[in-house]
Amino acid sequence: MSRITLEGIAHSYPRSATMALQPIDHVWEQGRAYALLGPSGCGKTTLLNIISGLISPSQGRVLFDGRDVTQLPTEQRNIAQVFQFPVIYDTMTVAENLAFPLKNRRMERAAIKARVAEIADLLDLTNDLPRRARALTVEAKQKVSLGRGLVRADVAAMLFDEPLTVIDPALKWHLRSKLKAVHRALDLLMIYVTHDQVEALTFADEVVVMKDGRVLQVASPAQLFERPEHTFVGYFIGSPGMNLIAAKISDHVAHVSGHDIELGARYPKIKNGEAVIGFRPDFASLVPEGGIPVQVRRVEDLGRRRLARVALGPHEIFANVPEGVSIGGGQAGLTIQQDRLFVYVNDELVLGDRR
Amino acid sequence: MEKPLNNRAWLMVAPVLVLVLFSALLPMMTVVNYSVQDSLGQNQFFWNGDAWFRDLLNPSTEIGARFSDALLRNLSFSLVTLALEVPLGIAIALCLPRGGWAVGPLLVIIALPMLIPWNVIGTMWQIFSRADIGLFGAALTGLGLHYNATQNAISAWCTIVVIDVWHWTPLIILLTYAGLRAIPDAYYQAARIDAASRWATFINIELPKLQKVLVIAVLLRFMQTFMIYTEPFVVTGGGPGSATTFLSIDLVKIALGQVDLGPAAAMSLVYNLITLTICWIFFTIMTQLDRRRYA
Repeated sequence: MSRITLEGIAHSYPRSATMALQPIDHVWEQGRAYALLGPSGCGKTTLLNIISGLISPSQGRVLFDGRDVTQLPTEQRNIAQVFQFPVIYDTMTVAENLAFPLKNRRMERAAIKARVAEIADLLDLTNDLPRRARALTVEAKQKVSLGRGLVRADVAAMLFDEPLTVIDPALKWHLRSKLKAVHRALDLLMIYVTHDQVEALTFADEVVVMKDGRVLQVASPAQLFERPEHTFVGYFIGSPGMNLIAAKISDHVAHVSGHDIELGARYPKIKNGEAVIGFRPDFASLVPEGGIPVQVRRVEDLGRRRLARVALGPHEIFANVPEGVSIGGGQAGLTIQQDRLFVYVNDELVLGDRR
Repeated sequence: MEKPLNNRAWLMVAPVLVLVLFSALLPMMTVVNYSVQDSLGQNQFFWNGDAWFRDLLNPSTEIGARFSDALLRNLSFSLVTLALEVPLGIAIALCLPRGGWAVGPLLVIIALPMLIPWNVIGTMWQIFSRADIGLFGAALTGLGLHYNATQNAISAWCTIVVIDVWHWTPLIILLTYAGLRAIPDAYYQAARIDAASRWATFINIELPKLQKVLVIAVLLRFMQTFMIYTEPFVVTGGGPGSATTFLSIDLVKIALGQVDLGPAAAMSLVYNLITLTICWIFFTIMTQLDRRRYA
């Protein structure tokens, strides 16, 4: 049972002018699955390594259940971590590999054996147990690495650093659901680093979106989708991402290249009225008549839905084409769900007064 | 990919064959030629069959006894130096920092002994080990040890071993260090997560990953120690008595000192074959071990 608290954690690598990690305060709750999502180099691995103790942070404190562990080495933190590329012990068999973390912690031999058998069964490694780990395929090796993490039942947290990068797509899905099953079965705190939004959104209860060493939003997958607090969250998550259009705001109306868009809220405090409005393609639809007049460029049939690429002045916008509506090309009207239309200033969400 | 077959391609290899012929095969054949002939001087040779070889391999003859003694001395010398240099080299490489400004200067300092010519090394140590003016010899004598590299067999032997360890451990250090640097950080991180002890990390991660460089290091060092010549030649002259007369020193004595070309030729051929055989056996064992691990 544990919760991990980060208090003002920040980090910069030696001889580097930029902060790898801006100050972060966050509480990771027992039994939940988190994903750290962001592009390469955004600091997610740094954050993970600070939690596991492989890196000592430049500032701040790490607390495990209220106990300060900032200065404790990895070995004393009771953390399991799985890395991006398989790490296996060449000289050992698969069974010995899985037993290694338990053996080092002086667990009883019979208990080790039972636990190894259990994990091998979970990961479909039972037939490989007597084999030399080094003779396995890269996927099987990564399963062994995962297994060495999972084999310890008493860990404070399980950390995954893009563990499925080397796994092929079909098996990836399979392993991810295994991890999910393990998470449900063991009631562990899991933190999963990834740059793949699908992986993050399907795995996690809560997603931490990061960019340039900064945490932009911590929210459930649904919240990230419905109410992005940062323009980056808007366009990084979703496919295609959020439509973001520069606009001039005057009170409750946004002016975009000669057209007025009703915002459904008042924004009296925006300086010079300069802002960006954002809405997801999923909450915007094309209608044959009425709405904001736009130029239809192309309509793509994605099977489940139809997606139109339209132009509003110089701006390109993606929008849904509702079922039963036929768009012949040329002119059409755009309607936007007002409660899903947001205003951003300096990339940050600004809340208006809803009437 | 389909590979075209054309036997005329062999012509392209011809220049190399000619080169090898002149650089290796022809000189080698003159040695073979000498080894089956006897001479009474005046450059007159006559056929002697395999008599030199039979004498050489029969320890009851004078030359056979010399040969087997020198061979034994040489094998034990190789064994002792390897047993000292390999663990020492690995240990020092493990102590070196993995990065930072100190790595460059440290590696240069470590590599310095390897850059000194052989006979300079011999001369340096000849002076260094003297009990009157040499720092090493004087220090040992000052400690009350009975040390004299030119008159005491044990002193002479130890001196040659120390010279070789001093001269060539750097090679093992450099090779091992390069091997260690090639191990990704994730392995060390995983070892920490798995709470592996320093020793377990060494045995289960570092040593297996070093296996390939160590095979090369041991092979090189075996060949070099088995052919050692200059150091004993300069420092002890093969003495006292024949305490440090290794195969190469004996060979030169017979060939150039006594001008017994026949026995010397036979000896050099056998010497060569022994080196080749030991290297082959060693290499085969190491690669077979490797293959069995994969099974």
